[in-house]
Amino acid sequence: MPKDHGIGASPKRREDVRFLTGKGQYTDDINLHGQTYVHFLRSDVAHGIIKSIDTSAAENMPGVVRIFTGADFEGVGGLPCGWQITDRHGQPMQEPGHPVLARGKVRHVGDPIAAIIAETKEQARDAAEAIELDIEELPAVVDMVSALAPDAPKVHDELTSNLCYDWGFVEENKAAVDEAFEKAAHVTTLELINNRLVANPMEPRVAVGDYNQANDESTLYTTSQNPHVIRLLMGAFVLGIPEHKLRVVAPDVGGGFGTKIFHYAEEAFVTFASRQIRRPVKWTSTRSEAFMSDAHGRDHKTKIELALDADNNFMAIRTDTYANMGAYLSTFAPSVPTWLHGTLMAGNYKTPLIYVNVKAVFTNTVPVDAYRGAGRPEATFQLERLVDKAARELGVDPIALRRQNFITQFPYATPVAVEYDTGDYIATMDRMEEIMDLSGFEARRKASEAKGKWRGLGVNCYIEACGIAPSNLVGQLGARAGLYDAATVRVNATGSISVMVGAHSHGQGHETTFPQVIAEMIGIDESQVDIVHGDSSKIPFGMGTYGSRSLAVCGSAMVRAAEKVIRKAKKIAAHLLEASEADIELKDGKFSVAGTDKECAWGDVTLAAYVPHNYPLEDIEPGLEETAFYDPANFTYPSGAYACEVEVDPETGKVTIEKFAAADDFGNVVNPMIVEGQVHGGIAQGIGQALLEAAVYDENGQLQSASYMDYAMPRADDVPFYIVDHSCCTPCTHNPLGVKGCGEAGAIGSPPAVVNAVIDALASGGKNVPHIDMPLTPHRVWKAINQ
Amino acid sequence: MYAFDVTRPKTVAEAVAALSGDEAQALGGGQTLIPTLKQRLAAPATLVSLSAIDEMKGVCADGGTLTIGGGTTHATVAAEASAYPALAALAANIGDPAVRSRGTIGGSLANNDPSACYPSAALASGATIVTNNREIAADDYFQGLFTTALNEGEIITAVKFPVPEKANYQKFVQPASRFSLVGVFVAKYADGVRVAVTGASENGVFRWKEAEAALSANFSADAVEGLTASADGLINDLHGDAEYRAHLIKVMTKRAVAAAK
Amino acid sequence: MTKVTMTVNGKSVSGEVEGRTLLVDFLRDAQRLTGTHVGCDTSQCGACTVHVDGLQVKSCTMFALEADGATVTTIEGMGNADGTMSALQASFQEHHGLQCGFCTPGMIMAASSLLKVNPKPTEAEIRHHLEGNICRCTGYHNIVKAIMAASGQDVSAIAAE
Repeated sequence: MPKDHGIGASPKRREDVRFLTGKGQYTDDINLHGQTYVHFLRSDVAHGIIKSIDTSAAENMPGVVRIFTGADFEGVGGLPCGWQITDRHGQPMQEPGHPVLARGKVRHVGDPIAAIIAETKEQARDAAEAIELDIEELPAVVDMVSALAPDAPKVHDELTSNLCYDWGFVEENKAAVDEAFEKAAHVTTLELINNRLVANPMEPRVAVGDYNQANDESTLYTTSQNPHVIRLLMGAFVLGIPEHKLRVVAPDVGGGFGTKIFHYAEEAFVTFASRQIRRPVKWTSTRSEAFMSDAHGRDHKTKIELALDADNNFMAIRTDTYANMGAYLSTFAPSVPTWLHGTLMAGNYKTPLIYVNVKAVFTNTVPVDAYRGAGRPEATFQLERLVDKAARELGVDPIALRRQNFITQFPYATPVAVEYDTGDYIATMDRMEEIMDLSGFEARRKASEAKGKWRGLGVNCYIEACGIAPSNLVGQLGARAGLYDAATVRVNATGSISVMVGAHSHGQGHETTFPQVIAEMIGIDESQVDIVHGDSSKIPFGMGTYGSRSLAVCGSAMVRAAEKVIRKAKKIAAHLLEASEADIELKDGKFSVAGTDKECAWGDVTLAAYVPHNYPLEDIEPGLEETAFYDPANFTYPSGAYACEVEVDPETGKVTIEKFAAADDFGNVVNPMIVEGQVHGGIAQGIGQALLEAAVYDENGQLQSASYMDYAMPRADDVPFYIVDHSCCTPCTHNPLGVKGCGEAGAIGSPPAVVNAVIDALASGGKNVPHIDMPLTPHRVWKAINQ
Repeated sequence: MYAFDVTRPKTVAEAVAALSGDEAQALGGGQTLIPTLKQRLAAPATLVSLSAIDEMKGVCADGGTLTIGGGTTHATVAAEASAYPALAALAANIGDPAVRSRGTIGGSLANNDPSACYPSAALASGATIVTNNREIAADDYFQGLFTTALNEGEIITAVKFPVPEKANYQKFVQPASRFSLVGVFVAKYADGVRVAVTGASENGVFRWKEAEAALSANFSADAVEGLTASADGLINDLHGDAEYRAHLIKVMTKRAVAAAK
Repeated sequence: MTKVTMTVNGKSVSGEVEGRTLLVDFLRDAQRLTGTHVGCDTSQCGACTVHVDGLQVKSCTMFALEADGATVTTIEGMGNADGTMSALQASFQEHHGLQCGFCTPGMIMAASSLLKVNPKPTEAEIRHHLEGNICRCTGYHNIVKAIMAASGQDVSAIAAE
């Protein structure tokens, strides 16, 4: 019988009512008295020298308040990078400056050159056209491999080359890995591209800066996944505003998927400019602007090899990857192809030797950073495509080959520096075979054939690492931030509770799920608990929401804070009930004395805490409010097995997804409805990557897929109903809820399943095609069939 | 968008008068023009909205001819052009429901986007484009990419479609925009078959005459089997090269013939 | 500037607009009806979908002047008269048909327009009707399910109930 409340129940989301009735409060819905509008004049060339900017005519245009250029930011910091990578030779990565407005050079189409503030949006845009700009165009660096040629033009003149870093992991293993390949009975090699994507949350970014002269305080309203991170980065590194004079508010945010983690130039600009002009400054991105200013995702070019022994056991894996950084280092960009990618290369398999090489490259393209999965989809895709290719080459069943090489003993220390605490890969594979009805596949294949379609089945496994931690370890790895989170549980006098959390909800449903946990711990109704998030002036310093971390990290902080509250409440109850604290039990919102019928209600204790008339003031402070910071001991490791069935129309190359199943192990689940929704959305994004989406630059650095006219977003008729299951459960061993994280799994686990299925479909049509690069558009599939 | 005025005449005569003004431009349903204006790729002084002109709206079947007012929306054609089912089906699949509520046949034909659906129907049907001062045969009307026989200020008031014995439109969509990557309209008349292709050519909609000849002799998918559409002059872009488009022309033609009714 | 008057969610409203003022800007800025959202500038995403004279339109692709005299319904006007959510809105909540909520108003407007003409749509008909409404969060699964359920169809057999 499913639970109807607390942990494990699926109460309907309370945030839905405002969203369904048009009462959500997104950043663009905020309009302040005296507000001005900024329009950014952006570079339309990928690479060039700014010879001159003449704003004089524009300044006299109607409604113009002020125009800023890079020169106005002398002495102002650049946008910081939050992670430093140390290369194979022990040297720090090359880290160029990232100005708020371009100075000297423009380095990608969309690089902001000038900012025009006017009374209306259209006036600002009119004035932008009156700015006289002289840019000497330079050859653009677009392709990663040629960017590293000795004579390649340099994106940043002050660097020695376009190489950000050459990272080897684990460098000490390299010789042993190479030796294993020498001895291998079989080597499978695959070269592939992990296509560049644009995250495309449906809400474009917005920033409103508001300077209050009365108290010298600046407020930034922004579409962010992590307001405290923005406050720290912008205050300390860019604008030099101390935290107590800076408030960052991220209200309702319309999706993030990673691209709203980062600190962007526009946020710093509106905050800076508002202080200068003493009026609020608002920027609302258009979608076209988003394509050239939101950090992109993925964009890896990889060669991966697998060495197998004569019994098909995996002996070693070796990879060689080029990772695009774009023109500047976005906030967490260097960590994505390294610590979020190399550490996952073991996947679900007990491969004893692994070596990962990553060359991160600067190009004249939009910066690339974390997008749903961030490094882990890239690792999973190459590994799971490779295993499938190996199975085809060896003529063995791809599921059997996977099962044979599964890690089965936990904890398991991989050769790539992480320790999986728990998991059961056989169980998720079994479950996937069941829910997918794999035994019926051959009949379905025949039915498709009868219609003139080729049907294929693709499977894959994945392992994810969520809740990146602990802080002292990631500090050694180059992180310039802590990776804990924080929560304050404030119990009010009448017993209701406000929980201030560092996590930020932009679709994840925290307002519903977090109260489920508190309600379960105390035994009160969920409606008694409210979550406060998104406002740095209200919440403790937490790191926000990304990397599927909210419940595992911030939820754990909340549990710790609630435990402190309960300990104190029990002391108060012991006083009220004239009993020993050790005998006090809390159940169903009532305190009782063990073995007696003496009890008092939750509300009696909370009232006593705030009206402490009958209260042990000599022993306990009044009030009932506790904060906890939680720094996890390890990552969590969700895992699963996915399967996809496609039909290929051999005449046109069009692929349709006929069936998709996901069997995940997320550990304990607080709200199954929400977890399933997260998986659905992730799968759709993975199908999007596999079949539809690609950010494509031409050789001049012009983005060819710069709007929804050319960047194919998955639509309702591109996807099927998904079969999702999370009944396999190996709880996380090191956090109090035993939870793992579910936000990215779908996006990580689905692309290889789709591609493997298409390759299988082509094989069933008699076309043995080793690989097709994503997205598998009809054109590409048709070419593969007819090559 | 740049600043401009919008006028809403109630009659064709008023609209024609308004369009004689400086930098005046007609606004049909706006489903293509408004996004263009947002990009500041056009700077009219006045937009003359045709949406309030009732005399340009409606679908009327008379004998073997279906006449559609130039201001008739795709949704209305989809619902009311039952005399020409292939045309109604084409209209029912243009864009999405919101686009079909506003977009008009006159607007689509006047714009002559190389990937739009309607030009293929007009050309394959040998339709007559009726304007405020003349009638233009479809064969003379389409003159290349975004180019038509319309003079400045001329308005499409109606389109007359001879209803064929059988017809069908097959659209293979570009996955992002959902416009046609290749669309083929096949119409069979007593005096022969016409095949018009949209989405594929750098010069906009065109007739595939070889297929017409083959299908006029033998109206079956097999008749097209031995033909090859030429890739010369076809569009090469992110979503497909010329060779692929040429291949799709044949596939879509066969499917249209097989599905024609 | 030209004066326009229209009925929005049952109330007559008027305001001065420029020729280039889009209906969505009139609704959001002048009428403070911020439930209608703007998610793109190429008329693809459908977050701005409203009803004009009963028809589903993208309010970012129509000038306010063209709605002079029209009857406009936005997400704010979709609830029951007593202030509760309509059956369709409630079904979206019941079946978790939304996550970040940004595309949701457009989805509700599109779905209600479908149900008006097709009271029991099939899965394929729903997916086809939503061609002009992009959601990045839900993978559409629960949106389609919510619409089927709102039309009185049994959705218990749909995968992963």
